[in-house]
Amino acid sequence: MKLRNKEKDVIALLNKAQRENKHNYITEDKLKLTAQEAGLSYSEVYGVATFYSLFSLKPRGEYVIQVCDSGPCHLMGSKSIFKVLEKELKIKVGETTADGRFTLEEVSCLGICNEAPAMMINEKVCGNLTPQKIREILRELRKKK
Amino acid sequence: MNTVNLTINGKLVQAEKGSTIMEVALANGIKIPHLCYEKGLSIAGSCRLCMVKIKGRPGMEAACTTEVVEKMKVITSDEEIDEARKLIVELILSEHKHDCLVCESNGQCELQDLAYELGIEKIRFPVSKSIEPTEDSSQVILKDPNKCILCGRCVRACAEITVQRVLDFAARGSGTFLISGLDQPLVDTDCVSCGACIQTCPTGALTEKLARFQGRSWEFRKVQTICPYCGVGCQIELNIKNDKIVKVYGVEEGPDNKGHLCVKGRFGFDYVHHKDRLTTPLIKHNGKFEEASWDGALNLVATKFKELKDKYGSDALAGLSSAKCTNEENYLFQKFIRICFGTNNVDHCARLCHASTVAGLSRAFGSGAMTNSIWEFEKADVILVTGSNTTETHPVIGNYFKHLAAYNGTKLIVVDPRAIELTEYAEIWLRQKSGTDVAWINGLMNVIINEGLYNKEFVENRTENFDEFRKVVSKYTPGKVEKITGIPEEKLIAAARMYGKADRGSIVFAMGITQHTTGTDNVLSLANLAMLCGNVGREGTGVNPLRGQNNVQGACDLGALPDVYPGYQKVSKAQVRENFETTWGVKLPPKEGLTVVEIIDAASKGEIKGLYIMGENPMLSDPNLNHVREGLENLDFLVVQDIFLTETAELADVVLPGVSFAEKEGTFTNTCRRIQLLHKAIPPIGKSREDWKIIMEISKRMGYPMAYHSPGEIMDEIASLTPIYGGVHFDRLGGQGLQWPCPSREHPGTPYLHKDKFTRGKGLFTPVDYIPPAELPDEEYPFLLSTGRVLYHFHTGSLSRRSKPLDGIAPEGFLEISPQDAKKLRIKNNDWVRVSSRRGKLKVKVKITHHVDKGVVFMTFHFAESAANLLTSDALDPVAKIPEYKVSAVKIERI
Repeated sequence: MKLRNKEKDVIALLNKAQRENKHNYITEDKLKLTAQEAGLSYSEVYGVATFYSLFSLKPRGEYVIQVCDSGPCHLMGSKSIFKVLEKELKIKVGETTADGRFTLEEVSCLGICNEAPAMMINEKVCGNLTPQKIREILRELRKKK
Repeated sequence: MNTVNLTINGKLVQAEKGSTIMEVALANGIKIPHLCYEKGLSIAGSCRLCMVKIKGRPGMEAACTTEVVEKMKVITSDEEIDEARKLIVELILSEHKHDCLVCESNGQCELQDLAYELGIEKIRFPVSKSIEPTEDSSQVILKDPNKCILCGRCVRACAEITVQRVLDFAARGSGTFLISGLDQPLVDTDCVSCGACIQTCPTGALTEKLARFQGRSWEFRKVQTICPYCGVGCQIELNIKNDKIVKVYGVEEGPDNKGHLCVKGRFGFDYVHHKDRLTTPLIKHNGKFEEASWDGALNLVATKFKELKDKYGSDALAGLSSAKCTNEENYLFQKFIRICFGTNNVDHCARLCHASTVAGLSRAFGSGAMTNSIWEFEKADVILVTGSNTTETHPVIGNYFKHLAAYNGTKLIVVDPRAIELTEYAEIWLRQKSGTDVAWINGLMNVIINEGLYNKEFVENRTENFDEFRKVVSKYTPGKVEKITGIPEEKLIAAARMYGKADRGSIVFAMGITQHTTGTDNVLSLANLAMLCGNVGREGTGVNPLRGQNNVQGACDLGALPDVYPGYQKVSKAQVRENFETTWGVKLPPKEGLTVVEIIDAASKGEIKGLYIMGENPMLSDPNLNHVREGLENLDFLVVQDIFLTETAELADVVLPGVSFAEKEGTFTNTCRRIQLLHKAIPPIGKSREDWKIIMEISKRMGYPMAYHSPGEIMDEIASLTPIYGGVHFDRLGGQGLQWPCPSREHPGTPYLHKDKFTRGKGLFTPVDYIPPAELPDEEYPFLLSTGRVLYHFHTGSLSRRSKPLDGIAPEGFLEISPQDAKKLRIKNNDWVRVSSRRGKLKVKVKITHHVDKGVVFMTFHFAESAANLLTSDALDPVAKIPEYKVSAVKIERI
């Protein structure tokens, strides 16, 4: 059926596809499958998947660290948060660590401006960041296997 | 109240309620700058160039999205508005590649025009476009991302007109870009190369690849005419430089295509200038063709035909006319055969496609043509499409069906043994076994009658013979039908309810219904179904055969048939014959002539000695080709008039070079009976001549001079002899043409037939029983072969295979086979196999696909290298004499 399937929420389908993937991204096969399920064309699904920064079409780390750089976080020092993360992970924004565990990204508002500066790791939001707190979080994550 | 009064720039205008400021302004000749708006597409409101001021409202509003209201006062331009527009255009230009010097769109670029109109001499922003490579994977479309202004018109055209949805935007903000598929090259996507995106693109971002550097917009001479391919009758505009067609656009005012075209219409024109065009008459000496003078060739043709006529009698001669030629030429051809040959042995390829339609619908309704108009499909609640692979054979109508299913809530029921594209848009798809059509149609009617869904009033008042018919239908219970057709009971019942309950149901069919030994029965059954539900004589209803060739409707209308004169007037009726005898001033033969397949048969038996073929290629199009060759080779004298040396012309004694559609005047009649005017665009190539002039020359030499100065004069004679064309004259055919019946000069034409009364009086129900096809698979020939077409080629490929882009996209034939059968035969995709039937054999490549059911294989008949008609059966429908192309038994062997 090539007619749009209004019952199917394409964003939810893409989200599920990404979450189920070990490398936090949507594979080409999943894009095609989503298109079929939602009754959309490839280009339409591709358009949605590339519109939202929360979706990735490239393999990412096990943990995707998304640091907010919207106004409040910027004023509260998000630049230094980036610096700490880049130093600790030895990667730049947009890159993934060689061991495939971490990806660092910049995003817009995460909705917890009262706890700025903030970041989100996979779906968990962490606020009131300091260099110390970041190092602790990373230590905890590295411990997990 | 449905009208609204408003003022635009102080001018008082009236508008329909619900229209937008943009629509009203355009309708009143007031120009509002815009880029993302285009008539016929949905509204985006994204370019913000059409901002206007409305008195009493703050700021500005987009004219394309704002509805008009009573007493609205609109200002479309002042200093402030112009300044805002300037800013927008400058911003667009700051991200645009400015190579107008060599841009194909120079001179017809909407961005260029706007920059000029707004007087933008200097862009205030840095021009910061990073240059991306162009994308030229498609045979016909060139994508230049550097000139894309993201207006989205191509995205909407692809989604809303063609309904392919290949194009869209990826990413967002300043990073937004146009993609096809999953950001793939166009050639790897579902793109059907229709070029709707090119036609709508306001800049040079999407252009005709093959027209690059062939001419600028201001150098082109523009000629409006009619597409030469299928029966949709799309109006096209040829863009010509130095007598060479460079580009083709769809004419927005074309009543049936509304600007849209398919790949053949838009890009398949280059055959006109192909090096293989015949440029001089040829005469065969000792098996080899030699160039001849027109006089030499014409004298020889006339002398030989006269000799044969004297020696063997009139009925030893025959003529095959052409559904590719104009109405006027078909009229002259049949007149010539009937007068100079003195026989009614004249037929043409309609015999092979819709003979059963003409026979069936004439009997049931009294008129053998599409009952309704193409544009009326949007009024139907349900469209039942059967035996028509519409998206490939009549793409503009096929796309329209997809559009209606996707955007108009129209329900499609598709009944087809193959998984064609339309099945994906269908609410219900019934997959019947090939050749079991009478059974499923009777089954549908059985349910409709049993559930009381039929239109009792209509049946009572407008039809006859219902009780007899009802007796037969009552035998076809869903259970029995499932056994015959393979259609599950519950699906049949669901389809019956859907069609039966619809207020307006339209039936559409083509060769899948007609090309059977039961073709006439199939058509009669569909006519029964329509009458049963009262679906005749109203807009958006009817029984609608889609005619294959550009002018196959016209060739039939004008009497290129062995049993009727122009206007379906019976040869056997003395009164009719006398009328023609008086006007033409000769005695006419009363005996009905032979049909296409019968002519070939008679030739192989030595009964037909001389044959004149105009623009037909039986050596690929007719069933059982070995037998056709035998027949043609057995002739004493064969004359072929064509634009290429076709497979048939190669067998001729004399070849006469006719001209293509671009080189002649005349009319074509499209599938919905619309007579449209062709305009001569270029002079004949070489020494070729217009076909109507050639016929006149031969006629003169055979003792019956014809003295027409123009096709318009011929049409005047046609009008005087053909009641359904009675009011058709060239001076009336501008723009929308005329739909027959059009009996008098004052008559406006007829969009749909049988309103209030059937042509024959009452609609006739015919009881029809299911009869199996003539040849079914058996142990020796275990597969059922069905034949058909692909989007990129037309008929025997004489034209489309000589088009570089069309043959480039689809260069070879194939055999479709199901995965299960392929596995059993241990064959892979692209393997070569030998396919043979009781009549012939061929080699072809395999395409494994779910499109065909197991036990069934499919081939197209376009390709001489793998000519499907070597295999097909020449078993005929007893009434219409149409061969059963859709069912023959074959075996398949690995090579």
